[in-house]
Amino acid sequence: MTATASLLEFNDVHVHFPIRQGLFKREVGRIRAVNGVSFDIKRGQAFGLVGESGCGKSTVARAALKLEEPTSGSIRYAGEHVSLLVGPAMVKYRRKMQAVFQDPFSSLNPRQKAGQIIAEPIRVHGLKPPSQIKAEVHRLLDLCGLPTRFEGLYPHEMSGGQRQRIGIARALAMNPELIVADEAVSALDVSIQAQIITLLEDLQRELGLTYLFIGHDLSVVRHICDHVAVMYLGRIVESAPSEELFSNPTHPYTRALIDAVPNPDPAVEAGRHVEPLAGEVPSPANPPSGCVFHPRCPLATDRCRTQSPDLQTIEPNHDVACWNSPQAKATPTTAQRNLT
Amino acid sequence: MPLLAVENLAIDVERDGQTHRLVHDASFSVERGETLAIVGESGSGKSLSALAVIGLLSEGLGIAGGSITFDGRDITKLDEQAHNALRGSEISMIFQEPMTSLNPVRSIGHQITEGMRLKLGLSRRAAKARAIDLLEEVGISDPAQRLKQYPHQLSGGMRQRVMIAIALACKPSLILADEPTTALDVTIQAQILSLTSRICRDHGVGLVLITHNLGIVARYAQNVAVMYGGRIVEQATAAELYRAPMHHYTRGLLSSVPRLDIPRNVPLSPIAGAPPDPLQVVPGCRFHPRCAAATERCGQEVPAPHHHGGHQVACWHPVIERPEHAMVQA
Repeated sequence: MTATASLLEFNDVHVHFPIRQGLFKREVGRIRAVNGVSFDIKRGQAFGLVGESGCGKSTVARAALKLEEPTSGSIRYAGEHVSLLVGPAMVKYRRKMQAVFQDPFSSLNPRQKAGQIIAEPIRVHGLKPPSQIKAEVHRLLDLCGLPTRFEGLYPHEMSGGQRQRIGIARALAMNPELIVADEAVSALDVSIQAQIITLLEDLQRELGLTYLFIGHDLSVVRHICDHVAVMYLGRIVESAPSEELFSNPTHPYTRALIDAVPNPDPAVEAGRHVEPLAGEVPSPANPPSGCVFHPRCPLATDRCRTQSPDLQTIEPNHDVACWNSPQAKATPTTAQRNLT
Repeated sequence: MPLLAVENLAIDVERDGQTHRLVHDASFSVERGETLAIVGESGSGKSLSALAVIGLLSEGLGIAGGSITFDGRDITKLDEQAHNALRGSEISMIFQEPMTSLNPVRSIGHQITEGMRLKLGLSRRAAKARAIDLLEEVGISDPAQRLKQYPHQLSGGMRQRVMIAIALACKPSLILADEPTTALDVTIQAQILSLTSRICRDHGVGLVLITHNLGIVARYAQNVAVMYGGRIVEQATAAELYRAPMHHYTRGLLSSVPRLDIPRNVPLSPIAGAPPDPLQVVPGCRFHPRCAAATERCGQEVPAPHHHGGHQVACWHPVIERPEHAMVQA
C-alpha cells in the first residue's frame, strides 16, 4: 500500500439523534450532531478536527470507532465499508483502531494495576501467548516513557500525565493502525501537556501511526496535525493542510477562532486589537437557515441567510464552505497584520 | 499605596495531625485598574493565595504567617463578621465553573440583587434597576426577562457573564478571577476576558487573574507572578517576563506551549517530570528535581526571591539575558 492510500474515509456522513417526547416517545425533532461530513485520512497522516463544544467533533470520533451508527452516508476503512463489517472482520477492525480519551482518570479502571490494564486487551484478543504478556507490557511501558515498576501501580497512585501514558500504552497494546485521540491532552497541566504531545509525535514517527486528533486548542492541533478540518454545528466549514490553514485561513469562523487564541507574547498581543466573535453556537436541534454560521458572521449577506454553501476547493487540498470566501480572504487576520 | 499588598503569605493545612505548608512566603501587590496574573500548574498554590485574600480558605486550611493589606488595612486578622462585610462589597470573586457557583434554585435576579440589598442597602426596586444595568453592561440581551430565569436556562458563557455581573454588583475595588474561562470555548473565552478586563479598567478595579494559560496572561495582564510548588518563583511585568524569563521553570513553561506564530515543525521542549505533590517535602528549591541547571546547592538551600533588572526571581542560577541596549553601552 502506498503512503497516500486512504485509511479512513467519511463520505457525506450524517449522525442524527432523535428527540423523543410524550407517552409514545414520538420523534419530535432531531439533533443533527454530524450533518454531512466528508474527509479522507491518509495512512500515516495526523488529521486534526477542531471546533467548539457541540460542533460534532466527538460524534465524528464515535462514528469512526463504530460506537455510533451513521444515519446516512458511508465510512470506509482501508476501502471497506465499516457498517457492513460483522464477526471476525469487525473484531479485526476494532483492533486496528484504538482510542485515547480526554480524562485518563475516568477511562482507566481504578481497581486494576497499570500492568493489568495494559495486559487485558492483549489477553482478551490473544495477541501474545500468556508467557510473553509480561514482557510485552514492559515493552509498552517503555515505549510510553514509563519505568517497569509502574506495572504495579494503581491509577490513583499516578499523576495525570502518567495516567495518560498508561492510556496510550493500552491503546498501543493492540498494535493499532489508527489512534482516535479525543481531547487527549486537554486536561493536562502545561508542562505535562508538552510531554504527551511529544510522546504522541514520537510514537507516530516510530510506529507509522495514523491519528484522528480531536481538540479545541488550535495551537496544539496545529502542532500535531498535518491536515486540519474546522467544524461548526455538525459541518466541516474549512479543511486544509496545517500550514495552509493557519497562514491562509479563509472561512470567517476559522479566522475568528485563530484570532481568539492569545499568543504567549505580550509584545505581539499589545499590537493586536481583537474584536471577539459575537454570539454563541446555536443549538444543533434548531440550526439556522442557510449557512449555519451566518448569525455570527461579520460578512453575512442575504444569500448566506437562505442558501447553505458547500465545500469548494480554492487551492489544492484547501476546501472552504463560504459564499464570501474571496472577500473573507482579502481581509487580513490580526495575526497576519502583526506579521507584516 | 497599592490596593492589595500581600506580604510573606504562608498557608498551612492540617492533615492527619500533621501540619503541611502549602504556600510559602508569597508576596505580590495589585494597583487599582491593573491586572496581575498568577500563573501556575495544579497544586502550585495559586488558587489558595486568592482564597486567602478573600477569606474563603476551607476548613483545615489557615493563614500561618504574613500579611494581606487591602486598602490600607491588614485583613488577615479580621473575624468572620468583618470578613463577610468585605466579601462581595469590596472584594469579589469569579469562579471557574459558573454552573456550580450559581445557586440552581434561585433566579438570576435574586442572585444579582441579594448582595446589593444586603451590602449596599438598596431597595428592591433600586436593586432590580441596577441588576438590569449590570446585565446590559456584561452584554446580556433582554435583561429584564433574564432576571426571571434560572442558571440552567443559560449557556455556559451567559452564566459566566452573570457571575461577572454579580461580582460587580456591589462596586468592589478588587476582583479575584480563578480560571474564569477554563471551562468555556475559545470564542466565548475571548468575549468574557475582553469584557472583564474592559470593565476593570473602566471602573478602576484591580483584577487578580488566576490562570494556567500563558496566552491569556500575555493578552490581558500587566504584571505576572509565576508560582511553582507553593512559592512565587518569578515576578515581573508581563512584557519583561516574556522578553527575558529568568527562572528555569518560567523558561520551561514558555517553551512547553505550542504557538501559532512559530513554524509548526519546531519541536516543543517539555520540562521533564511532574509538579510535586503539595504535601510532599522537597528540600531546597522545589523545582530542582526537574531543573537542568540544578546544582548541589539547589537541593539544600531554598533560594530567596531577589530583585534583578525589574524581575523578582527565586533561583540560585537565574538566566540573565543582557538587554541589547546594555550591550551597546558596554
